[in-house]
Amino acid sequence: MAILVIAEHNNSALNPATLNTVGAASAIGGDIHLLVAGSGCAAVAETAAKIAGVSQVLLADDAAYAHQLPENVAPLIAGIAPSYSHVLAPASTNGKNYLPCVAALLDVDQISDIIAVLSADTFKRPIYAGNAIATVRSSALIKVITVRTTAFEAVAAEGGSASVEAVAALADSGKSSFISEDIAKSDRPDLGSAKVIVSGGRGLLSSDNFQLLYTLADKLGGAVGASRAAVDAGFAANDLQVGQTGKIVAPDLYIAVGISGAIQHLAGMKDSKVIVAINKDPEAPIFQVADYGLVADLFEAVPELTQAV
Amino acid sequence: MKGMHPEQPCRFAGVNFPLYQGDEESMKVLVAVKRVVDYNVKVRVKADNSGVDLANVKMSMNPFCEIAVEEAVRLKEKGVVTEVVVVSIGPNAAQEQLRTALALGGDRAILVETEAEVGSLTVAKLLKAVVDQEQPQLVILGKQAIDSDNNQTGQMLAALTGFAQGTFISKVEAAEGSFTITREIDGGLQKLALKLPAILTTDLRLNEPRYASLPNIMKAKKKPLDVVTPESLGVEIRSTLELVKVEAPEERKPGIKVASVAELVDKLKNEAKVI
Repeated sequence: MAILVIAEHNNSALNPATLNTVGAASAIGGDIHLLVAGSGCAAVAETAAKIAGVSQVLLADDAAYAHQLPENVAPLIAGIAPSYSHVLAPASTNGKNYLPCVAALLDVDQISDIIAVLSADTFKRPIYAGNAIATVRSSALIKVITVRTTAFEAVAAEGGSASVEAVAALADSGKSSFISEDIAKSDRPDLGSAKVIVSGGRGLLSSDNFQLLYTLADKLGGAVGASRAAVDAGFAANDLQVGQTGKIVAPDLYIAVGISGAIQHLAGMKDSKVIVAINKDPEAPIFQVADYGLVADLFEAVPELTQAV
Repeated sequence: MKGMHPEQPCRFAGVNFPLYQGDEESMKVLVAVKRVVDYNVKVRVKADNSGVDLANVKMSMNPFCEIAVEEAVRLKEKGVVTEVVVVSIGPNAAQEQLRTALALGGDRAILVETEAEVGSLTVAKLLKAVVDQEQPQLVILGKQAIDSDNNQTGQMLAALTGFAQGTFISKVEAAEGSFTITREIDGGLQKLALKLPAILTTDLRLNEPRYASLPNIMKAKKKPLDVVTPESLGVEIRSTLELVKVEAPEERKPGIKVASVAELVDKLKNEAKVI
């Protein structure tokens, strides 16, 4: 049986997380179909049809799906799911929102945030803030899974030639309605897919000082992240938070500036390829995971580093 | 009416219903809390890879559940809610966390007692059975438990009850017959209107939970705490998931300390080759 992947998009563009989720589906093996549910999203379906390895795109284009409200999207997916062995979605806030509803409607347990596929029914996933890795086997007829996208290679966005088939929409549940959205606009790469992340903590002392990190990040073509302490102190926006309860990232280079390295923060970044810590406290736990540690005052070291790269 | 509570008359569904009306109108909120290993504990994987070692480890209320209790109590203090019922599913020892929730302002507690490992779907089914009995207009849960890191139960409960769902919320505003909620989403914030009854799951930014005062801890000992079983709720504990093994994550190879920015840049360029 084929695998259904739910595409992540904003009705006009496909989110790259979809390519990593298709990567996880390829690791399971089998025909891969992609569901694009949204409003006015035909262009997204056309883009999706070109993804390498996707053999069919299902397009559910209806006003009810404009904002992926789970009350509308979950019954749609649960209705289609019985034709599939696996239903996969990225472990984004969107996927985490609707997919457990799908699992409950299908009366199966969901497997959250997988980081490895061992076989078609056995997967690895982190628990306890990444301090343990569980191997779980599912006997469910339909395996409902969210994918930690940083753990899987993206498949090529080009090279496929899937057909696009329209799926009939279901009625709007009327239980919830969209009011507004406030999406932070940024020219910098998305935190989830950036190759380089410069992240700041409480040590930055103010939101103005975060500018130091932005200047460095721009020089490296990277994104800026933050620890919970920095977010709580109002130095950085909530959506920049890296950690167990924020974003899980795994860039090539993660530069932690003024971050002590609490368990909850490490949960979000310790799979980065190279970790650099800049902290004036030589005992800070961040140095235990850092490949390169620099014990220094960040207000001197960061501008110097920006100059040097 | 579609999506409304099966037995409860849809008192809160009509757009004309004023939520802050007279005293005879009651609104009950159910809050689910979980007993988990304390968030400061660095857990260790058992030598036989059967799980993590929780013997003699400090247990606490899941941090997101504390935020859920706090929000329910604040809604009561604002006069939006009249009764706060807290529920937990787990071993007898979970009574400790329920007493904590009562000390924080819960009115009464229910423990669904089981020594079995219960997955999110079973928890959602048990909570559904409690919802059927208690008929709350609002259920508040944490967005995820810091042990399993599943982030599933609230959403599953919404699907099983047919209630509206607001996950990862950082703000709640009560309006007539509905709630306006702000959700933390990738890239920013989203505002939704939810018809009641509704399920909410809390994000970190929703509030700062209060501490229980000693007098309130004493008072909480006298508040009602009912203990029921999964059997009495008619829910079978089963799972389609089998835990094969639990391993420690791969250790990162030890790093080095560099003496200067120049050395750091040199290492990043020539050794790690990441810039």
